Amino acid sequence: MKFMLIMRSTQAAKKAYEKADFNEIINAMGAYNESLIKAGVLLAGEGLSDDLSEAFVVDFSEETPIVTDGPYGEVHELFNGFWILQVSSKEEAVEWASRAPLGAGAKLEVRRVTDMSDFEDFADNEYLKKEEVWREELGQP
Amino acid sequence: MADTQRTLDALWRIEGARIVATLAKVTGDLGLAEDLAQEALVDALAQWPKEGIPANAAAWITAVAKRKAIDAWRRSTRLDERHREMARNLRESTEQAWEPIDDDVLRLVFTACHPVLSREAQVALTLRVVGGLRTEEIARMMLVPVATVQQRIVRAKKTLAAARIPFEAPEAQTWGERLSAVLAVIYLVFTEGYAATAGDDLIRRELANEALRLGRVLLGLLPREPEVAGLVALMEIQASRFSARTSRDGSPILLADQDRSRWDHSQIMRGRRALERADALRHGRGFYALQAAIAECHAVARSVEETDWDRIVLLYGALCSLAPGPVVELNRAVAVSMADGPDAALRIVDHLARQGALAGSHLLPSVRGELLARLGRGPEAAAEFRLAASLVGNQRMGAVFRAKAGALQTGTSGELRQPPQ
Repeated sequence: MKFMLIMRSTQAAKKAYEKADFNEIINAMGAYNESLIKAGVLLAGEGLSDDLSEAFVVDFSEETPIVTDGPYGEVHELFNGFWILQVSSKEEAVEWASRAPLGAGAKLEVRRVTDMSDFEDFADNEYLKKEEVWREELGQP
Repeated sequence: MADTQRTLDALWRIEGARIVATLAKVTGDLGLAEDLAQEALVDALAQWPKEGIPANAAAWITAVAKRKAIDAWRRSTRLDERHREMARNLRESTEQAWEPIDDDVLRLVFTACHPVLSREAQVALTLRVVGGLRTEEIARMMLVPVATVQQRIVRAKKTLAAARIPFEAPEAQTWGERLSAVLAVIYLVFTEGYAATAGDDLIRRELANEALRLGRVLLGLLPREPEVAGLVALMEIQASRFSARTSRDGSPILLADQDRSRWDHSQIMRGRRALERADALRHGRGFYALQAAIAECHAVARSVEETDWDRIVLLYGALCSLAPGPVVELNRAVAVSMADGPDAALRIVDHLARQGALAGSHLLPSVRGELLARLGRGPEAAAEFRLAASLVGNQRMGAVFRAKAGALQTGTSGELRQPPQ
C-alpha cells in the first residue's frame, strides 16, 4: 500500500519556523528522511517552495480555466511538501506519520495512493461491463 | 485489543529487525532473541490497552525482552560463567538508552541468510526477522500452510543454535560469497512474487514489494556495495511492468505485446537511479546490475522495434562471461535475432541443443520454433512448438504454444515473440 503524507502549515506555524534554528530543522528532517530510507519505505518526497510569487491557481469553475496569482486569497493552511511511502498497513502509515518532525500549527494529511485494485473494482463494475457489451454490439471502439 | 494488535504489528514491521538485532547482539543467539521479543510482544498486548502505548514503544519491548532473558538465566540451574557474564551485559545494556546499531541489523541479515540454512529456511527467517512479517503473512504470500512456515522458522533457529553460528557479519574472505547468498534470498522472494504463475496477482505484488523493501533496507546498510544497488535497480524496473504483464483473465502478456503506457514510469525512474548509483561506485557491473541494464533497455524503449537490441546483445555477452549458463545464452540468442536476424540466432540455439543444454525444458524448443518460423521453415517450427507445449508446466503457456503450432500448420505466418522476461 502506498500512502501520501501531505504536509500543511498555517501562517502562524511558518512564522514560528522562521524564528527557529534552520540548521536544527534541516537536521531533524534529514534524520527523519534517513529513517524512512533505511526502513525501505520511502518512494518519493519533495518540499514545495513558499515563494508565492512562483505559485498560481487554476480554477476550472468557468468554461475556460482561470489562472490567478498565489495559492488562495486568504491562506490558512499551505501545502508545503509531501512524502510517498510504501507500507504494509494503514497503522504503519500512522506510525511513520506520527514520527515526522513537525511542530505546532503543522498538520499531515495522509491519503492512500490508489493502486491497481481500485481500478479492478472499476473494471468489474456492472454498468461498465454493460457499456462494453453495448459498444461491442454497436461496433464502437 | 484488536487495535493494540494492529499497532503492534505496524511497530514490529518498523522496529522488529532492530529489536531482534539488539537482543541477538547481547545474547549471541538469534533464535533466543526472536523468542524473547515475541514474549515481550505478548506482554505489550496485555499491558498497553490498560496503561497506554509507551512513548518509545520499541525501547519498551527491548527492555522487557532483556529482563526476561535475565530472569530465565537466574532461574536456570546450569548457570555457568558464560551466562552470568551475559546477564551482567544485559543488565547494563537495559539501563542504557536504547540505541540500535545498523551493524547489528546487518549481522541479523547475514545470520538469517547463513549458508548452514536451506534456501527455504533462509527465506522464511529473513521475512520473519528482517522483514518483520507475521508467520501468517509469510504463509499467505508464499502460498504454503502456516504450519509449514512455523516449522521452517523453528528448524532454522535450531540449526543456527546447533551449528553454533555466531551473530556476526562475515569476514573479508567470505564476504562476497555471503553477500551473494543474501542477494539471492531477496531476489528469490521477488521472483516468487513476480514470476509465479499461481496465486492472486495482488498477493504476488505484495511479495515482490516485500523483496523491494528488503533490498532498500540492505542498500541503506551497505550503500557502497554496487550489486545491492544493482539488485534494487533490477527489481524496480521489473516490478514496473506488473500491471501490463497479465491480461484481465490472468493469462500472461509477453513483453513485446505489453501496453507500455501501463508500465509504472516513476518506478522505472527509481530503478534507473539505483543503477546509476551502482555505476557511480565504479566497480563494474555485476550479475544484477547487468540484468538491470538489460531491463533498462526495454524500459526506455517505446516499442520492440525501437529497442536498442545491439546494446542488449552486448550486455548479454557480458552476462554470459560473468555468469555462463544456457538460459543466459538462450536470452542472448533472442537478442541476436532482433539485432542481426534469425540466422545468427539459430546458430547459437543449435549449438546449445547439440550440447544437450536445457533438455526437458520448453525454453529451447520455444525459441527455436520462433526462429524457424521467421525463417519460413513452418513445419519444423510447428514441431518445435508442439514439443514446447508438451514440456511446459504452465497450462496457459502450453495453450499459447499449441496455438502457434496450429497457426503454422494452417499456413498463417508465425510471428516472432520473445520469451517472457
